[in-house]
Amino acid sequence: MKLAPNLFTNPEMKATRAGFGEGMTALGEADENIVALCADLSGSLKLGDFISKWPDRFFQSGVAEQNMVNMAVGLALSGKIPFATSFGVFMPMRTLDQIRISVCYNNANVKLAASHTGISVGPDGATHQALEDIAVMRVLPKMKVIVPADANETKKATISAAKISGPVYLRFGRQNAPVYTTEDTPFEIGKINRLRDGKDVAIVACGVMVYESLLAAEELSKNGIEASVLNCHTIKPIDAETLIEVAKECGAVVTAEEHQKIGGMGSAVAEVLVESENVPMELIGIEDRFGESGESGELMEKYGLTSANIVKSVRKILKRK
Amino acid sequence: MNPHQFDIDTLTHTAKEIRGDILRMLEKAGSGHTAGPLGMADIFTALYFNILNHSPEDPLWEERDRVVLSNGHICPVLYSTLARAGYFDLEELKTLRAFGSRLQGHPNRLDLPGIETSAASLGQGLSISVGMALAARLDDEDHKIYALMSDGELQEGSSWEAANAASKWQLDNLIAIVDRNNIQIDGQTEDIFPIEPVRDKFEAFNWTVLEINGNDMAHILQVIESALEMKGQPVCIIAHTTPGKGVSFMEDKHEWHGIAPNRMELMEGLAELGLEEVAY
Repeated sequence: MKLAPNLFTNPEMKATRAGFGEGMTALGEADENIVALCADLSGSLKLGDFISKWPDRFFQSGVAEQNMVNMAVGLALSGKIPFATSFGVFMPMRTLDQIRISVCYNNANVKLAASHTGISVGPDGATHQALEDIAVMRVLPKMKVIVPADANETKKATISAAKISGPVYLRFGRQNAPVYTTEDTPFEIGKINRLRDGKDVAIVACGVMVYESLLAAEELSKNGIEASVLNCHTIKPIDAETLIEVAKECGAVVTAEEHQKIGGMGSAVAEVLVESENVPMELIGIEDRFGESGESGELMEKYGLTSANIVKSVRKILKRK
Repeated sequence: MNPHQFDIDTLTHTAKEIRGDILRMLEKAGSGHTAGPLGMADIFTALYFNILNHSPEDPLWEERDRVVLSNGHICPVLYSTLARAGYFDLEELKTLRAFGSRLQGHPNRLDLPGIETSAASLGQGLSISVGMALAARLDDEDHKIYALMSDGELQEGSSWEAANAASKWQLDNLIAIVDRNNIQIDGQTEDIFPIEPVRDKFEAFNWTVLEINGNDMAHILQVIESALEMKGQPVCIIAHTTPGKGVSFMEDKHEWHGIAPNRMELMEGLAELGLEEVAY
């Protein structure tokens, strides 16, 4: 495990979307075919640096997300590598038809990058909290789905997404979150990153829930329970091999994500294990409901997206082993 | 340069052959759309056999003009035109909509050479064309983008997002051709969900608007050629076409929007067109 030494003490706090902005700048320098589009949220998506460096390669698309996605398709079919960006509730949620037919059926080399996903969006409330996007994107043929765990990993994911051909969906958060992966932490699309080894239970998480899972594992360890923690940043294609391996090793799996339980990462993990290593599972996520206004922390607490709730789920599942 | 450069008589004859292909393909398939393809046969012929800079031997040639068919349901006219232009064998037209065919019920870019984009869900092609026009400008390339659209899909709000985008970037390398045939599946466009005044709407979006009789070959050539010279704004050509053109009992009948002819109707149609009365 190559994580920051200050992981549990005073990690730097930074939103994953900030890592996206850094990734875009790095990409912009490396490849002139990289272009960006944004639907009137370029500040929130941290595209300022890209725009100032390459104004001709940025297409301000206004509040017209459907058109933006298909402009990206036209750019991709002409050899560009477009990143279309917005808030998750507007893209992909508003633009499913465009993504299904024009991006995926065409196998267009379009990257969709959405910020402000999950309940932690906070005060904006339910309308702005994308809790269904993983489910909706991962069901589409040819689409890859990536949910980075912190800002550093987001930068790596952004750069990696440009290097593979075909549609990719990248999911980011609004709020500051601990940065604990480093330059040296491995990142490979489609490959689970095992952050902690333990034989009693495997905790599989994505996005901000990976850090909560590490906290939970520390807490459990104090009580003699050793948990493996898996950063499942790529939800599609899912790393079935690693999942089966840890399920065999640990005999119980808890999943945690900032998304509806229905159709999310936990479902994707269950789809793998139910056909091969059918161990007891507990899924942590939003329980088939909309969010609400509140501070990020208050909402994460209320909806059970905390290390404490992961600990609780682990204790519960150990009784089912 | 266009590899065919047909004159008007040859174009008119080719359009008739394409109409015959369309009827035969649809009769063989037993389903599909008839009126729209017949109405657009002249414009497709003019483009592929006279106007477009393209290369059937090298379908992905970078300098080619792009034809983005937005209303993918009229694909029989695209398939026949591509086959006759040399993109694939005419024999393959017999496989329209069949299991295992490259001629899918609606076009799939990954299956067939010459298809610029997979399409069917309406209101998407103009946006894709805008993206292609932006890419051409970024790369300092001279090719043109032709967005072929139906009138019915102007009912999709996304069509107008695209119209706005094309004018924002003043894309004078983009020509939209709207098939104004006045019909859609459920009836006449103005009864179902009025779209007029189409000309005023595009002008209000800062497009240059031209109108043609989309079934008059000389007029089609003349107006598209004039559109190619226009600078500073995207150009919309409203093509007034007769749906079902060439087969009297299909003309202007919305009932023929989404159905295929049976064997008897096929033979009657071929006879009217003066073509050999042979089915596939």
